Amino acid sequence: MAVKLPIYFDNHATTQVDPRVVDAMLPYFNEKFGNAASRNHAFGWSAEEGVEEARAQVARLINATPKEIVITSGATESDNLAIKGVAAMYREKGNHIITQVTEHKAVLDTCKRLEKEGYEVTYLPVEKDGRINLDDLRRAITPKTILITIMYANNEIGVIQPIAEIGKIAKEKGIFFHVDGVQAIGKVPVDVQKDGIDLLSISAHKLYGPKGVGALYVRRKNPRVQLTALIDGGGHERGMRSGTLNVPGIVGLGKACDLCREEMAEESARLAGLRDRLKNGIMGKLDETFINGSMEHRLPHNINISFAYVEGESLLMGINDIAVSSGSACTSATLEPSYVLKALGVGEDLAHTSIRFGLGRFNTIEEVDYVTDRVVETVERLRELSPLYEMAKEEGVDVSKMNWKTA
Amino acid sequence: MAYSDKVIDHYNNPRNVGSLDKKDKNVGTGLVGAPECGDVMKLQMKINPETRVIEEAKFKTFGCGSAIASSSLATEWVRGKTVEEALAIKNTDIVRELSLPPVKIHCSVLAEDAIKAAISDWKQKAGESKPAAVEAATPAHS
Repeated sequence: MAVKLPIYFDNHATTQVDPRVVDAMLPYFNEKFGNAASRNHAFGWSAEEGVEEARAQVARLINATPKEIVITSGATESDNLAIKGVAAMYREKGNHIITQVTEHKAVLDTCKRLEKEGYEVTYLPVEKDGRINLDDLRRAITPKTILITIMYANNEIGVIQPIAEIGKIAKEKGIFFHVDGVQAIGKVPVDVQKDGIDLLSISAHKLYGPKGVGALYVRRKNPRVQLTALIDGGGHERGMRSGTLNVPGIVGLGKACDLCREEMAEESARLAGLRDRLKNGIMGKLDETFINGSMEHRLPHNINISFAYVEGESLLMGINDIAVSSGSACTSATLEPSYVLKALGVGEDLAHTSIRFGLGRFNTIEEVDYVTDRVVETVERLRELSPLYEMAKEEGVDVSKMNWKTA
Repeated sequence: MAYSDKVIDHYNNPRNVGSLDKKDKNVGTGLVGAPECGDVMKLQMKINPETRVIEEAKFKTFGCGSAIASSSLATEWVRGKTVEEALAIKNTDIVRELSLPPVKIHCSVLAEDAIKAAISDWKQKAGESKPAAVEAATPAHS
């Protein structure tokens, strides 16, 4: 079967909306267009019904109750609400927050802002495999610690943190535990009870739902978590998030969660198979390729590979009919290579050569084989062009030990 | 970010890829940049000692498409020029020719540095000058 180009392998950035999700949303743009807060007429009631069904669908995916689901505009807002909301509400109890260095910017920058406001934040390091050390976490806890915020799985390397163990430690110490679950929810089982999670950020567009909508799970008992709202207004979402509800988006979020719950087991197994085929295909044909992060504790649809001696952006340019991301500086607005890879101890030279492949629901085995061939041929071509490869292979120079004169 | 057609053309069909014998006394080698910065350029020129004309130029580059294009263009431009003419090439000329955006100007700077480093290496070999300010990176003693 011929593949249709371009191919989308960037499912950590966003995902295609599942057509079944679109179908569920459509009636809420016209016939059921009401404001879910309108209590006096059928238009409001049908919109509210859609929202409440969606809330139950989200809750079911993560083993929560519908009343614990606060709708937001997306996971960035959820992260902000969880962290700033707890910080403000429990300021008298303490001012210390623990997080880790490979978190998403929505968590890191939120913590940085709180530092400016007098809070103290500990940024735990990660081990070479990308996971935090639980002893580091235990040591970081002080009587002033009010919140631990650790992501479920990383967006660049797909590495899954020891969430249930962290949840246990948090509970023992009476500290709230917030988890940015964006990359993991709908892909691997996330259970707020088993994992001991008190606050969980969810994004619709990472699980085949629409952009601009997400949720924050806020635990209501054992323990009850209270939040100071960030947005004031009509008192929607139990006062935690005012603003007229994005009804079609919310219905889409709910439907997307429901599909993930039903299809997760099968889909994850299929994607892990495709991912392994891609990894083995590429790494079997190319020398000096390195996997970044743990293979054991990893999302099934992620692989992140460094291709020594080939700069990431030039590789992307060579495979421009394939959508993937690079950890190299030149692809982003900043001129630094990926802070996530740096945190793992990956040298800056190798960090510049990394590519993230994120598979998804709509990818096929034919696409995997096409991508494998394109990557292999492009890396080989660029290595022909690379002075570093020549030095390493023909002259036996250890490029990393050279005395580079940087300007 | 969208690349200019000229950058894409140099990336897809790089001119003068390869290496010259760096031990040849008529060959000047410039190796500039650093892997941790994401750019390394090697530019080599074979220079006629009588006419001071650059008869051959080869490059290899580790770097983004703009870095590859800048060094590919540099080899095209220096061929047939005298050493003095080649030294007059400015990074801004490369920026203009390739329509490089501001975030890629460093690629053109590196290409200019590579030209100067290669010529300085040749001059040193020819006994014309002492080690210059811009010089090739050297393997650390092992």
